[in-house]
Amino acid sequence: MNSVQPADTAFVLVSAALVLLMTPGLAIFYAGMVRTKNVLGTIIQSFILISVITVEWIYIGYSMSFGPDVQGVIGDLSFFALNGVGQAPSDTYATTVPHMVFMIFQCMFAVITPALITGAFAERMRFGPFIVFSLLWAVLVYNPVCHWVWGSGGWLARLGVLDFAGGLVVHLSCGVAALAAALVTGARTGYGSEPFIPHNLPLTLLGTGLLWFGWFGFNGGSALAANGLAGSAFVATHFGGMAGLAAWVVVEWIYRRKPTTLGAASGAVAGLATITPAAGFVSPTSAVIIGALGGLVCYFAVAGKTKLGYDDSLDVVGIHGVGGLLGTLCIGIFASKLVNPAGSDGLIFGNTSLIMSQMIGIVSVGVYAFAVSWILLKVIDKIIGLRVDVESEHLGLDLTEHSETAYSA
Amino acid sequence: MKKIEAIIKPHRLEEVKEALNEIGIKGMTVTEVKGYGRQKGHKEIYRGAEYQVDFMPKIKLEIVLEKEQVDKVVEAILKSARTGKIGDGKIFILPVEEVVRIRTGEQGTDAI
Repeated sequence: MNSVQPADTAFVLVSAALVLLMTPGLAIFYAGMVRTKNVLGTIIQSFILISVITVEWIYIGYSMSFGPDVQGVIGDLSFFALNGVGQAPSDTYATTVPHMVFMIFQCMFAVITPALITGAFAERMRFGPFIVFSLLWAVLVYNPVCHWVWGSGGWLARLGVLDFAGGLVVHLSCGVAALAAALVTGARTGYGSEPFIPHNLPLTLLGTGLLWFGWFGFNGGSALAANGLAGSAFVATHFGGMAGLAAWVVVEWIYRRKPTTLGAASGAVAGLATITPAAGFVSPTSAVIIGALGGLVCYFAVAGKTKLGYDDSLDVVGIHGVGGLLGTLCIGIFASKLVNPAGSDGLIFGNTSLIMSQMIGIVSVGVYAFAVSWILLKVIDKIIGLRVDVESEHLGLDLTEHSETAYSA
Repeated sequence: MKKIEAIIKPHRLEEVKEALNEIGIKGMTVTEVKGYGRQKGHKEIYRGAEYQVDFMPKIKLEIVLEKEQVDKVVEAILKSARTGKIGDGKIFILPVEEVVRIRTGEQGTDAI
């Protein structure tokens, strides 16, 4: 019988609260980038998922993700309605905190992941079909992928694939889903011919601050104990964010002759997303390199979007998808057992096998999440239709989907 | 009676107002508007992509006055609104049929 450690419990509880804050933070991060007529429609697509996904998590989500393993593919439903998930620690996960504390910490990750996807179809998706998609996506994509990577007995975990806080589970999975969503939903009316200018970048910067703050719980908390590794992940997270911020601003300054505020915010989020899978496996100085790579590579990924022609409105693919992929790959290069004995050594420490298993993780999660998302969206579109009509799109989602406006005249 | 509609650069508004005050114009209506002409628009950068924004913010000034004041007022606006660069704006002069002051019901030049 494992016993509850007070310090660990307090730390994971606070971390869970920090991760919760990221979802409304994300809502206003996104809201600043849309036009005035779609502000509330964008905010609620993130905010409502706190309810939708938490309900799903209570009854089946937690059990599918972390229930007793079935063939390495999925958890069984023995934790249905949190049956047996109580004040005593789990004997498998986070064994020094109450099982329900681990459950609620993981719940916050399940909430924010589909919220991240909403940036791809912002300003044109109907609310009802969006709820249906998010719920089915949580069940059919998030829960299985979470089990493969983090579940005890998950097949990717058994292969030795490392993902400290969600490069695969959160960022790559939402990124490829976003690509599918942008392709299936189609571009916003007027995309490419009229400029879609962000309506309130100070809001986006405030959202970036809340995300960054929450990210310490996201990555630091993923140590699941108040220990040295949590400190190391916390420091790596900050270094990743700051390096991504700097890299994006510098490269934009060189290529576009102006350092922009949205660039600074985007670079910070890119750096944070990129360091996420690696935060608990790499040294602080490696984190600086990984974060800078994140800012640099994501800048070009986002800039390349216009050439590829799909309308990923708020760049979920270019920032979260590419960042998650890059960070997962970087573990294979920079991971060190000196930082985390439970991890592995990467290329620079002479181990060539880790990067191979990381690539297997990337390909399997990427292909699975993309395919299932694409099919889900196609089917929902066929049955009830994903998009608002052109006139509603012109009037904006705030008015047509929610009968309210963000700013009165 | 005439109405003067002037489209000017927003940062010239204070100078124009002062110049009109000096020649005895005691009231005006001002609206924030957007538009473009020869100045075209400007460039904005979001996430490494450049966007052409055609509509520039401008100020529209509306003054109703007696016919005899028109030349003086136009001259004052020309002096105070001009920067010499493209995009300084335009002045339109229109005839006005009638003016009524709502509070008293006065009409014509008395109501200006």
